[in-house]
Amino acid sequence: MDDATLVMVLLAAGTYALKAAGPLVLGGRSQLAGWLERLALLLPAPLLMALVATSTLVADGRWVVDARLAGLAAAAVALWRRANFVVVVLVAAATTAVVRLVV
Amino acid sequence: MTEADPDNRSERTRVRRQAIFIALSAAPFGVTFGIAAVEAGLSVAQAMGFSVLVFAGSAQFAAVSVLGDGGTVAAAVIAGLLLNLRSLAFGVALAPALRGTWPWRALVSQLMIDESTAVGTAQSTKSLRRYGYLAAGVAVFVVWNASTLLGAAVLSSSGDLVENLGLDAAIPAVFLALVWPRLADPTQRRLAVAGAAVALLLSPFIAAGIPILASAGVVVLARGELRG
Repeated sequence: MDDATLVMVLLAAGTYALKAAGPLVLGGRSQLAGWLERLALLLPAPLLMALVATSTLVADGRWVVDARLAGLAAAAVALWRRANFVVVVLVAAATTAVVRLVV
Repeated sequence: MTEADPDNRSERTRVRRQAIFIALSAAPFGVTFGIAAVEAGLSVAQAMGFSVLVFAGSAQFAAVSVLGDGGTVAAAVIAGLLLNLRSLAFGVALAPALRGTWPWRALVSQLMIDESTAVGTAQSTKSLRRYGYLAAGVAVFVVWNASTLLGAAVLSSSGDLVENLGLDAAIPAVFLALVWPRLADPTQRRLAVAGAAVALLLSPFIAAGIPILASAGVVVLARGELRG
């Protein structure tokens, strides 16, 4: 089994356990501990922003500034202007492509 | 409360419209996932496996991104699971509306995602919450998988296209779009900046993927809020 398949199987199993714990095991009677609920709410922000940073500024374990940064800046402007998801992604890709052509 | 009840029927139509609207807005996101998965070296079948079996947008993107950067299996899985911890909270919140036989609950649990939770919990009665959860869950499942297939199949044949069209910049843009609504909250904004800083500083020194996991550690900055 290659790495991608292994990740798929393990992530699917773990994710299903998290999804089904409420309906299957805990039922409607119990309540999640307050701290756990707040932890679940707070975790995505640092994780997602870490992914933004590393997928823009890191390549092969090194810091790199390249056309992707221009694409990300354009995406940020699009989001700030309340553009929808399609526009945000297209603006990021187009900006990156243009900067690659020019620089 | 029967199907013949006109109020109930119009309410259900309204809920169904919400479900379809939210599912359609997931389509571009699914296409991007298909592209990102193939770009990270996955086959079309593996990309589909993620969308059918994992069925959790941000976690799928995170795991595939870590894999594409050469991260370990463990790092990719744990990054995805940390993002999905919220499904546990969703499940507990929705459990009262999802009563039924054991196999039925096992089946509908797979639909526990942001969209089905949002549509479900927004309704005023328990039966409408159940209906909204199922309608949005099924609609997103269909659209998500069809759009993943489209993205993966179209891109799997054309490798160079990815860099030439700047599609590799789509990945950070997706993560930014996902985190964006959370940045309105000062605590989450602080955690986001700290998490990015931790991941960037560690990236040259430890294996890909681990800096992402380390970024989760910055939640200790909000320990006051965690205690409540």
